[in-house]
Amino acid sequence: MIELQHLEKSFGDHHVLKDVSATFERGKVNFVIGRSGSGKSVMTKCTVGLIEPDQGRVFYDGRDFTSMSQKERKVIRQEIGMLFQGSALFDSMTVQENVEFPLRMFSDMSDAERRDRAAVCLERVELADASTRFPAECSGGMQKRVGIARAIAMNPKYLFCDEPNSGLDPQTAIVIDNLISDITAEYQITTVVVSHDMNSVMEASDTIHFVHQGSICWHGNREGLLEGGVKELEDFVFASDLMRKIRKTV
Amino acid sequence: MRWMYHIGRYMRLLAKSFRKPEKFSVFKDLLVTELESIGLQSVGIVALLSIFMGAVICLQTAHQIGGWIPVYTIGFTVRQTMILEFSPTLIPVILAGKVGSNIASQIGTMRVTEQIDALDIMGVNSASYLILPKVVAGVFIVPFLVVLSMVLGVGAGAWIGVATGLSPLADFEYGMQVDFRVFDVVYALTKTVVFGFILTSVSAYHGYFAEGGALEVGKSSTKAVVWSVVIIMVSNLVLTQMLLN
Repeated sequence: MIELQHLEKSFGDHHVLKDVSATFERGKVNFVIGRSGSGKSVMTKCTVGLIEPDQGRVFYDGRDFTSMSQKERKVIRQEIGMLFQGSALFDSMTVQENVEFPLRMFSDMSDAERRDRAAVCLERVELADASTRFPAECSGGMQKRVGIARAIAMNPKYLFCDEPNSGLDPQTAIVIDNLISDITAEYQITTVVVSHDMNSVMEASDTIHFVHQGSICWHGNREGLLEGGVKELEDFVFASDLMRKIRKTV
Repeated sequence: MRWMYHIGRYMRLLAKSFRKPEKFSVFKDLLVTELESIGLQSVGIVALLSIFMGAVICLQTAHQIGGWIPVYTIGFTVRQTMILEFSPTLIPVILAGKVGSNIASQIGTMRVTEQIDALDIMGVNSASYLILPKVVAGVFIVPFLVVLSMVLGVGAGAWIGVATGLSPLADFEYGMQVDFRVFDVVYALTKTVVFGFILTSVSAYHGYFAEGGALEVGKSSTKAVVWSVVIIMVSNLVLTQMLLN
């Protein structure tokens, strides 16, 4: 479980996060949704320690991440897997080497053990036959799946996904959504997905946090999302004609 | 005051880079890769430039001497010019263009495509992982390239002198040996070690803090070359004053 308590972050005069508190549950896919520029990415970066919050605390299963030294944080970071919007695969390495990378850095596995573990992860994302390719030779969907394989290589307790479906066609997006859901349930990971893709939210979310102008102004689940109740949330969710039609049928 | 901000940030980056590598076996592999990238892949350009520099210095010196100035001055001038200045200063400047821009664009691209964020989130010290092998390789391999440049430059000077009939080989050899001080080579190599450090670390700094997209990576690459050359030139003056006077 990940807990955010009263996070605040400003860049100059721009107050990006305002008293953000949230709980992301274990074994569930926790979505953070909101408009572009609402503060979702800054919130995620504060959570994983890429940006230091001005105030507030982040707890990983009760461990206060914000008050830890860099050395102590390293232990938690090895329990975190992250899937980036642009995949962030190391382009000088093959798919296999990308997946092996965290194992090479932080485990005492032999070469053969690392290869086996990477093969298992690549098999899990159905990319066993792409191991010798370089990221530039993979499609966008394949890159995302390699990113997932790399993220799960170390058996993470926490998985962060930043816009996992951006730039993907609807069919591939569903494959990625299902993969994230399945892996979360299978490994009992605390998964946080930052997205503004309503298809993904309806497909894969267990809990939803809606961020508006730097604050979490609503949280609930898919059913609650369709009921609405908060104007900003309704404006966001029912911006498309398709979602308005779905609401009517519900 | 902007320059003070950059100096402070550069120092902090160096402090972060010079921490113990996560895994020595990984560091060793990266170091070998960088030695090949910075050193072996630069041998061609270093050899080409050194041969032409040595030959041109020989021809220019021969053009200027006459009358009471002895012919062995050609060998002496070629040796002194190559050892004291051309090889130890111009070769690092050229490497700042070739290697420095490569380092800045490589690290800058990793920054803007979130690869450095990926390293940080995994718990890898991205500065140490990316920068330390490059700096160690630069400090170690650039002196070898400069020694190669000295040998080739002086050799090319001797060859062109003999081939054009401007200097008999015996005179050139005598000029090469007359008043030779080992300290000149020590001075040159000391400068080279410092320049190797500057060209790799300054370039890495500009790449590491690149922001934006492809345009900014290009700009950071240009800045890396310009600032490396400027700092090498200023250091050259300071080191020469310190070591020769």
